Amino acid sequence: MRTKTVKRRASGIQRRREKLWQLRLYVAGQTPKSLAAFSNLKRICETHLNGCYSIEVVDLIDQPELSRGDQILAIPTLVRKLPQPVRKIIGDLSDTERVLVGLDLRPAN
Amino acid sequence: MKNNLQRPTRSAVCLPKCPTGIHGLDEITNGGLPRGRPTLVCGGAGCGKTLMAMEFLVRGAVQFGEPGVFMSFEETGGELKSNVASLGFDLAGLVRRRKIVLDYVYIERSEIQETGEYDLEGLFVRLNHAIDSIGAKRVVLDTLEALFAGLPNEAILRAELRRLFRWLKEKGVTAVITAERGREQLTRHGLEEYVSDCVILLDHRVHDQIATRHLRVVKYRGSLHGTNEFPFLIGEDGLSVLPITSLGLNHKVSGERVSTGIPRLDAMLGGRGFFRGSSVLLTGTPGTGKTSVAAHFAQAAAQRGDRVLFFSFEESPNQIVRNMRSIGLRLELPVERGLLRFHSARPTLCGLEMHLATMFREIATFKPAVVIVDPITSLLVAGTDSETKGMVTRLIDFLKGERVTSFFTSLTHGGHALQQSEIAMSSLMDSWLLLQDFEGNGERNRVLYVLKARGMAHSNQVREFLISNRGIDLVDAYIGPSGVLTGASRVAQAAREKAEALAGQQDASRRKRELERKRSTLEQQIAGLRSEYECEELELRRLDNQAGARTQVLTAERSELSRLRHADGIRAWAGKPGKTQTKDQR
Repeated sequence: MRTKTVKRRASGIQRRREKLWQLRLYVAGQTPKSLAAFSNLKRICETHLNGCYSIEVVDLIDQPELSRGDQILAIPTLVRKLPQPVRKIIGDLSDTERVLVGLDLRPAN
Repeated sequence: MKNNLQRPTRSAVCLPKCPTGIHGLDEITNGGLPRGRPTLVCGGAGCGKTLMAMEFLVRGAVQFGEPGVFMSFEETGGELKSNVASLGFDLAGLVRRRKIVLDYVYIERSEIQETGEYDLEGLFVRLNHAIDSIGAKRVVLDTLEALFAGLPNEAILRAELRRLFRWLKEKGVTAVITAERGREQLTRHGLEEYVSDCVILLDHRVHDQIATRHLRVVKYRGSLHGTNEFPFLIGEDGLSVLPITSLGLNHKVSGERVSTGIPRLDAMLGGRGFFRGSSVLLTGTPGTGKTSVAAHFAQAAAQRGDRVLFFSFEESPNQIVRNMRSIGLRLELPVERGLLRFHSARPTLCGLEMHLATMFREIATFKPAVVIVDPITSLLVAGTDSETKGMVTRLIDFLKGERVTSFFTSLTHGGHALQQSEIAMSSLMDSWLLLQDFEGNGERNRVLYVLKARGMAHSNQVREFLISNRGIDLVDAYIGPSGVLTGASRVAQAAREKAEALAGQQDASRRKRELERKRSTLEQQIAGLRSEYECEELELRRLDNQAGARTQVLTAERSELSRLRHADGIRAWAGKPGKTQTKDQR
């Protein structure tokens, strides 16, 4: 099964960066972890990115060859393609603080 | 009881094996790695884990038609290709022909942020995809421990690894997993917990500045395997574990004899030389001509049409050929004909096992009938005494198994005490020749003994060993009341004896002449006496005849007288006194 959701909101109230946030979420089938990750991601993006982002969900069951490109081992993995540098966040994204650190939205302390 | 004994054998046969194609490893493991199960290869840095795994894969693809997946966590595909290209593996070509898939897994902890529950399904998907894309039968994971460095949550990782190995088994692929050696356990992260079917330990030890690699099958569930530590080396054509499985004494023997190339030496060895496939040790002090004997043996073998492999640890091939030309041996001819091959190396070049492995490989490729090692003692510097003995044992067993006649020279230092050190080695040998120096009368001479020659009548005599520009010759040493004489003193002794013999001969003929003269004198005397006697006899006979005639005449006269006197003849004749009376009266 393949889920592809692209969301774009051009007019954010608090635009953090001028650039577009390009995110890719790798899952393998609709496992509870994958579903949790997706909903967590959406929630975080809504809250912190406020619009200017895109999420691509890649299901490796359907496209196993894509796992090589982003060096995916763990599922689920969120890859921040843009802005550079590439960051990887693994897990179901339930720890919001760490997701924000991982996405570079908050400095690690 | 009987069943119990039979069961392991049967299971060893039944357990399907996956041949690695690596020299020697299949012998040690009785046929290869367990098919369809994961095998753990562990060892320290630089042990050859990656190479072994890669060779398993490449040989699988090339020799056994089993495609493979190499999942690397450390080196990129390009790096791997260039690394193994030096070993003659055309990895790029195999990848192009879809025999092998190289998958480089990059994992960097600093780029990863962990945010909750996860699993390694991505790795599974990726591996699964790679396996299915070429129908792989073999998988290598090199090395999974990079995951421990890259992923923070060890609990999840361990659970996932357990799942991974189970999954690999279900998938039915034969997997090789490499892991770094740990301090107290086999692997740094205890991977042996998960991979329990077969564990191979690689080791790289340095002893006296010489490094040697070792391989040991720690565990092989459900199969017989060699448990010893086996040396192995990484050579020009990959890995080879030393084929030392046949340490039994069950090689076939030959009754055929081969000449030593020195006729008198053949004569000392029951007239026909060594047995084919036997081992010969030649010990001697420096400069006694060991290499020359070896060269004679080599030349004789080449003349028979046998292939000869000459391992030299002291001289270069050209030097040997040049030096042997001075004693009338033209070794370049068999070299040109491809019957004689030299292999020269300094003993310190590498460890003992490396030498042994190189020799095994040379022997396996050249397939000689005669192998000469000159001198075996040079290898002592590359290992300890026991190691050398072990190595020589293996070498001899290997050569005997191949029915190769082996000739080892051994350098001893002067004196009898040091000859003892050879005893350990000599017990392995079938024949033992000893070359010795004799010093005296301002010169130095060589003598040769046959100390032992199993299975043949051999001379117990010492022979003087001469090297001339026509080669080696053995002559009888002079053995007399003053001991063994060699060289000039032997020649002097021979001259003295000749002179004595001549003098004796002359003396005898003189005495004979004298006797002859005496005899002729005596004979002359005898002849003189005889003629004298004959004269006397003649005279005597003449006198006798005269006397006879006179008697007759007297009788005739008397009878005439009596007739004339008319005497009574009868009376006169009958009565002698009368007659005498008459006579006297007259």
